[in-house]
Amino acid sequence: MNASAIIRLKDVSVAYQKDLVLTKINLQIDEGEFVTVLGPNGAGKTTLLTTINGLGRIRGGEVWIFGIRLTPSRAGEIRKEIGYVPQILNLDPRMPIRVRDVVRIGRFGKVGLIHRLSSRDEDIVDEVMALTGIKDFSLRPIGHLSGGELQKVQIARALAQEPRILLLDEPTSNLDLRAQYELLDLIEQIYLERSITIVFVTHILSHIPPSSSRLLLMKRGKITFDGPRGRALQRNRIGDLYGIPDHDLPL
Amino acid sequence: MGFPITIFHYKFLLRAIFASILGGLGCGMIGVWIILARIPFVGVAMSHAAFAGAITGLLFGLNPLLMAILFALIASGLIGPVAERADLDPNISLGIIFSILLGIAFLGMGLLHGPKTEALNFIWGNILLLSDSDLLSLLIIVLVILLILILFFKEIMAVLFHREIARSVGIPERSIFYLLITLAGLTVALSLNTIGGLLIFSLIINPPSAAYQLTYDLKQMFFLSGLFGVISCLFGLLFSYLFNTPTGAVIIITSSVIFGIALIFSPKR
Repeated sequence: MNASAIIRLKDVSVAYQKDLVLTKINLQIDEGEFVTVLGPNGAGKTTLLTTINGLGRIRGGEVWIFGIRLTPSRAGEIRKEIGYVPQILNLDPRMPIRVRDVVRIGRFGKVGLIHRLSSRDEDIVDEVMALTGIKDFSLRPIGHLSGGELQKVQIARALAQEPRILLLDEPTSNLDLRAQYELLDLIEQIYLERSITIVFVTHILSHIPPSSSRLLLMKRGKITFDGPRGRALQRNRIGDLYGIPDHDLPL
Repeated sequence: MGFPITIFHYKFLLRAIFASILGGLGCGMIGVWIILARIPFVGVAMSHAAFAGAITGLLFGLNPLLMAILFALIASGLIGPVAERADLDPNISLGIIFSILLGIAFLGMGLLHGPKTEALNFIWGNILLLSDSDLLSLLIIVLVILLILILFFKEIMAVLFHREIARSVGIPERSIFYLLITLAGLTVALSLNTIGGLLIFSLIINPPSAAYQLTYDLKQMFFLSGLFGVISCLFGLLFSYLFNTPTGAVIIITSSVIFGIALIFSPKR
């Protein structure tokens, strides 16, 4: 294993009650890589992300992030450098929080308890809001946004952390075609401009971003394939991944 | 015209006015995080924990207020983890905690000898019979709530927006959440004498629910909720003074009417 990898999982297992959702996962991702995790629902893709940022609790194995062993006591500090966009949030439309406040949350961990955001922090918030194209509705209540707008706000909030790693959990699911296109375009732009290490989870083949050259295929808590995009997207492999006949695949 | 001047001559009424302002403010503010965290049952369980503690204190000849605080703190320690467990519906577990506490309280009531006036005060509250120390403890908890809100407003906002996201950006979300639950327990325990164990739940829920209808700004919601809590308590006090009615009941009816009006004029409808 490469000790300088930015993300390193060694024999990691995660269980909910008695059900193993990740089984002895071994993985390493180098700085600047754009990795897509592809697999059917229930494969353990989300759990893989929450294992990387320490939100989930592992049953066995070791997780190393930035060369530091991830433990409950260190997770808080490590998470400040990891932007996380969970699956689309189900928010109350009456929630008394505005778009800009949600983006500012991205700075809260780095600023630390008690301290207020500095003008530099506010500048970073402005910058990521401009990058993600959400400046025009910065004062809108967060619950009033469309699915696509909300995902852009979530990405802006994660970028406000100035993260070294960006974890995206099915950000394009449940969006209309235009919103999917815009969001994938935005993710491409972020990767090309900022060279952040990205781990992108999806279960939809057509949503794999063009810049993602490495694919992990996951099924039933295991990584069944880890390699270049071209070799991953072969009919037999994808057919096996989703449990459908090769000839029915739209590849 | 002589009425307002006359009533201010009474020290007990001045105390009651201060208690109304402090109780209304405290319950109104902690109610905001109970409502936004969507854990209204926590308010019920907490108020009955404090109530059971006070009755236990009376039964064993201990200070009822201290016992109410102790029980509320124990309940805070239990309720936090219970509300977090994914494998149990928090409403079911909280319902069970609530019924145990209610059982303890009424068992204590049954075992109490002699007149039960003091015990009944913890159910209905009696704002006119507060001591200086009752008032001082209310003042301290309200100041603590204000201080926590000022110091940790950004963290509280993040936790109330989404707990997992708050944790993912590196905020000590669990500590903030437990701090809020503990403060809620302490406020409820210290407001028992004023509002009463059975009615305080409404004062925690109604003012923030009314404020929730009127604003998209969290700071404004805290302000409006505190204001509605104070108005409810002062109106309840005035009404009970003029017409000799139970204060707690009028406080609750007033806060419910405020909620109704807020709902009618809500821009969020």
